[in-house]
Amino acid sequence: MSQIFHRSANTIARVSIFGAVFFIVGLLVLFAEVNRSPWVTDVHVAREQPIQFSHERHVAGNGIDCRYCHTSVEDSSFAGIPPTKTCMNCHSQIFANSPFLEPVRESFRTGRSLQWTRVHDLPDFVYFDHSIHVNKGVGCTTCHGQVDRMPLMWQEQSLQMEWCLDCHNNPERYVRPREAVFRVDYVPPPDQLEVGKRLVAQYHIQKLTSCSTCHR
Amino acid sequence: MTDETRTFWRTLEERAEDPAFRQHLYNEFPSQIEAITDPVARRTFLKLMGASLALAGVTACTKQPAEKIVPYVRQPEDLIPGKPVFYATAMPLAGVATGLLVESHEGRPTKIEGNPLHPGSLGATDVFAQAAVLGLYDPDRSQTLINLGEIRPWSSFLGAITAALAAQRPLNGAGLRLLTESVNSPTLAAQIRDLLVRYPSAKWHQWDPASRENARGGAKLAFGEYVDAQYRFEQADVILALDADFLCCGPGSLRYARDFAARRRPEQADRMNRLYAIESMPSSTGARADHRLPMKPSAIEQAAREIAAAVGVPGGSGGSRAAGGSAGAAGTFIAAVARDLQAHRGSSLIIAGDGQPPAVHALAHAMNQALGGVGRTVIYTQPVEAEPTNQLDSLHELVADMNASRVDLLVIVGGNPVYTAPVDLGFAEAMNKVQLRAHLSLYDDETSELCHWQIPEAHFLEAWGDARGYDGTVSIVQPLIAPLYGGKSAYELLAAMSDRPERSGYDLVREFWGAPPPGVAVRQRPTGSERRPESDRAPAPLAEGRTLPRPEFETAWRRWLHDGIVPNSAFSPKSVTARSAVGVATPPPASETDGGRFEIAFRTDPSILDGRFANNGWLQELPKPITRLTWDNAVLASPATAARLRATEAPAVTGGEHGQVITDVVDVRYRGRTIRGALFQVVGHADDCVTVHLGYGRPRGGRVAAGAGFNANAIRTSDAPWVGGGAEIVRTGEKFSLACTQYHHLMEGRGMVRAVARDEYVRNPQSVREGDETPPKTITLYPNVPYEGYKWGMAIDVNACIGCNACVVGCQSENNIPVVGKDQVLRGREMHWLRVDTYYRGPADNPETYFQPVPCMQCENAPCEVVCPVGATAHSHEGLNDMVYNRCVGTRYCSDNCPYKVRRFNFLLYQDWNTPSLKLARNPDVTVRSRGVMEKCTYCVQRINAAKIDSEKDNRTVRDGEIKTACQQACPADAIVFGNLNDPASRVARLQAEVRSYSLLGELNTRPRTTYLAALRNVNPELGD
Repeated sequence: MSQIFHRSANTIARVSIFGAVFFIVGLLVLFAEVNRSPWVTDVHVAREQPIQFSHERHVAGNGIDCRYCHTSVEDSSFAGIPPTKTCMNCHSQIFANSPFLEPVRESFRTGRSLQWTRVHDLPDFVYFDHSIHVNKGVGCTTCHGQVDRMPLMWQEQSLQMEWCLDCHNNPERYVRPREAVFRVDYVPPPDQLEVGKRLVAQYHIQKLTSCSTCHR
Repeated sequence: MTDETRTFWRTLEERAEDPAFRQHLYNEFPSQIEAITDPVARRTFLKLMGASLALAGVTACTKQPAEKIVPYVRQPEDLIPGKPVFYATAMPLAGVATGLLVESHEGRPTKIEGNPLHPGSLGATDVFAQAAVLGLYDPDRSQTLINLGEIRPWSSFLGAITAALAAQRPLNGAGLRLLTESVNSPTLAAQIRDLLVRYPSAKWHQWDPASRENARGGAKLAFGEYVDAQYRFEQADVILALDADFLCCGPGSLRYARDFAARRRPEQADRMNRLYAIESMPSSTGARADHRLPMKPSAIEQAAREIAAAVGVPGGSGGSRAAGGSAGAAGTFIAAVARDLQAHRGSSLIIAGDGQPPAVHALAHAMNQALGGVGRTVIYTQPVEAEPTNQLDSLHELVADMNASRVDLLVIVGGNPVYTAPVDLGFAEAMNKVQLRAHLSLYDDETSELCHWQIPEAHFLEAWGDARGYDGTVSIVQPLIAPLYGGKSAYELLAAMSDRPERSGYDLVREFWGAPPPGVAVRQRPTGSERRPESDRAPAPLAEGRTLPRPEFETAWRRWLHDGIVPNSAFSPKSVTARSAVGVATPPPASETDGGRFEIAFRTDPSILDGRFANNGWLQELPKPITRLTWDNAVLASPATAARLRATEAPAVTGGEHGQVITDVVDVRYRGRTIRGALFQVVGHADDCVTVHLGYGRPRGGRVAAGAGFNANAIRTSDAPWVGGGAEIVRTGEKFSLACTQYHHLMEGRGMVRAVARDEYVRNPQSVREGDETPPKTITLYPNVPYEGYKWGMAIDVNACIGCNACVVGCQSENNIPVVGKDQVLRGREMHWLRVDTYYRGPADNPETYFQPVPCMQCENAPCEVVCPVGATAHSHEGLNDMVYNRCVGTRYCSDNCPYKVRRFNFLLYQDWNTPSLKLARNPDVTVRSRGVMEKCTYCVQRINAAKIDSEKDNRTVRDGEIKTACQQACPADAIVFGNLNDPASRVARLQAEVRSYSLLGELNTRPRTTYLAALRNVNPELGD
């Protein structure tokens, strides 16, 4: 009886078995990488906004505190987007005729809100609370990046669950003293782990990783 | 004690141990059985399954769409975006108001709670208040002002009404008629009186089918004047309810439920009150009664007479003695009740129900007086209604005037008389003879159809007003939102009929309560009014027409709005004496029940009242207390009566956990008119009579109300609006499916409720634990988790629960739970996270009844968690059994493995994702679930998290009582307590440590965090157990 398969069939079989394993692993790695890439997460992608509002100008240039505009960050889950009135506090005097600011003036005149595009957009099944993070010593820049160097706002972190859990599992790596929470120029000390551990104890920071901490 | 008297059952089939029924119990998903066994359907199923799996993979790759943030232009001063604000207001209903606190998220009301400062609420709410949010956002509400089918502006109506009134001016308003519901708003009453002053020949009529016609009549009969009775349950040791459901319906019921439950705490077993109920249709009050006597409604008057005679009402009932009095069981019962009442002079209380004729109310008043209860267990005050009147007579008069063409202009302010008026009046035909008819109402309903003008009414959450609570306490009704559809309030309509039509509701109410006219002084806004110290008391209620200096008024006004009540505005007790002639009033005519004829009782529906809430999906889908019916009314009769009609072999049950009741359709022929409805048997109903609920069969009720039930008003006549004899009931041979949830989620007869007699409990508290098997904690394969920090738990007191369902609607509102519709309820797919199971014990004709609310037990050893293939349900470190919707793939294994049947699956897309107004009603703190996702009670984890965040920010732990779950907050009887079990001083920990505390199915060692407290019955030894 003649052989049905040529001898090379062995090689092909070996290659395809191992190849399949590599292929599948490769697919998984590819999927994970794509999923973490800015294509999915929009990290470092500046968004189109109705007004080319520059955090760099207002924060670094003018030295305005985060809370001047994001008023509810210490009290509410939502940090707050300033009402048109807040813009007009200054811009009725400064650059009062700038064509860039016409949408602001129009909003103030007509009473119709400005419509900003959300940059940090968590999925709807996630319930994040700004106030507790700020009160427990999580700085603005820890999550939002150096907004003082962002002419247009972009997302600094992936906002994916692994990123949340990184801090929820190891808060000592990221916390800072409460008085430094709103400082954009804060640089973690070289002994951050030591300081962090002390702060975790002092602020009674719990490592909350139950599902219902964020999902409900 | 025999086994039978010890065994609890939920349905008659279960009690009879019907083998077919047992077989059905084992079908988990009966509605799918056919599809799986049919080979063709199976292949289709597999094909579809394959396609949907593939597509599911693709759709999962959708990128999240960009979202907009829309900030304010000018942000309101005290508003913190993302933080709810609570405003005090009040809900007027059937002539009485309940104080509320309404949660508002950025200007949209989302959740209603009771106002703890309001004496008629004490923080609790009823189902109607809970569901008012959905009523507000109902897309079927009347949205435009319509004149003869055409949309018109308000100014156009103003022109029309002004012209019509001008024509009435020379006639002194002889052709002007105003028809309102029961008015209890002082401002509105003043406006109407003002109108009547300007048009002296005009007439004001009131018709409110849900208000207490018989109670008014009874007071008039007994005292010769209208008074309101208020009950003091804290003083009452022995209570007799004569067809009265005082725990669930009527003015003050929330307060009464609280006071009643407070007198039934076993820790003060000797202070426990005893409740007797004589009633035809089983009610929540009857279920809570220690002894209950089913009796035909017409016979209750006779029973009342006998009891009155026995307790020594002057001029006692000689007639009944001559007739020999009641014999048999009823006689024994009546004699025992009379003796018990006698033995508790000064601490006894007799309450007559709204369905009983005025004579019974008068007898109750006379008995209370004879027993020395007046001033102790019952006090009388001036009526809460502004102008109490005999509303049926009032309606008669109006119809007569309309038929005689004496009416030129009819203004109907609220209500739906064309649907609700007794059929013999011919209201619609009479109304058509009126030249100009205008109707102000929330819905474009049956009455609107026949009116020239339909004016959309502003919901009470949209308009300023005022109203009195059950004890007279005034609340300012504060709007939470501008009228969604440009509606007008009754105040504004009355203003339009005055010489100053431009006044707003706000101005009218403030003016009435003493605001100085605008422009007199500089407006002064008091500072810091939100946090005013207690010592800064507002001035006493103002006399009508008096004005205060501006700063003083503004201070008081802000205080009233903040507190939700006007201080010291409750009525003071009034001294009245019952006429001695009461006892000798003519005895009732013998009822005509012979020859196959039945007595018929009409009652307002426990869920939709007189039909005014018929378009509210939450209320339609709410299983009614006792009957557990949803989406329909039925001809309700006792099992014996139903058998006598040979109407039905027994309700057919198509599948165990998921059942539907297929029953006979009967014709009810009554006084020459016929209605057709489904027959339903109710255990404990009196024999030889049937009960029908009003409010169904609405021809123009809206999309939700369409097709639900039959219209009992079609046979209801004005001479016997509540009870009548001589109804014929005939089988039609047709069948009808009723969606009755009593057959759903059966736990196969395992001991669910525990109840013992009080004396037995006092002798041996351990008697409640009889047959208890709690396995030792070590026998388990689950990891033993030490819960440090918080350990949330709940205790539900079966002894307090009155089965009013407020918790169910509260949960639905708080947790964005969808309405599924009758078809889905028939398949056992209702979504309520919390259900109130009804258990019976003893004979089928008059069983003991117990209510047991069942939310998720939050088992420490949760059987659902281990079977989830995707980890979508997992334990939190505080012991909550978390449900993660975004992980759930819908295998339903968890539900299959849950012994308590508390998990709910979104078989279809039940949420309305499209109607814009309904989106406003949702709680932003809870995910809106989609199709294919399992869901269940979370212990209101959003509230837990909010409280924890608040406490962490203040650097403290959560205080006991700081977190109230939605069900707990709504509960009038204080039956649900939630808290931290690791804090031994917390209320819940103390309750769970009681000997009465037991776990549901504790023998399974699931270690539920929710435990129950056994019920006690204060049995009269004379009547036995």
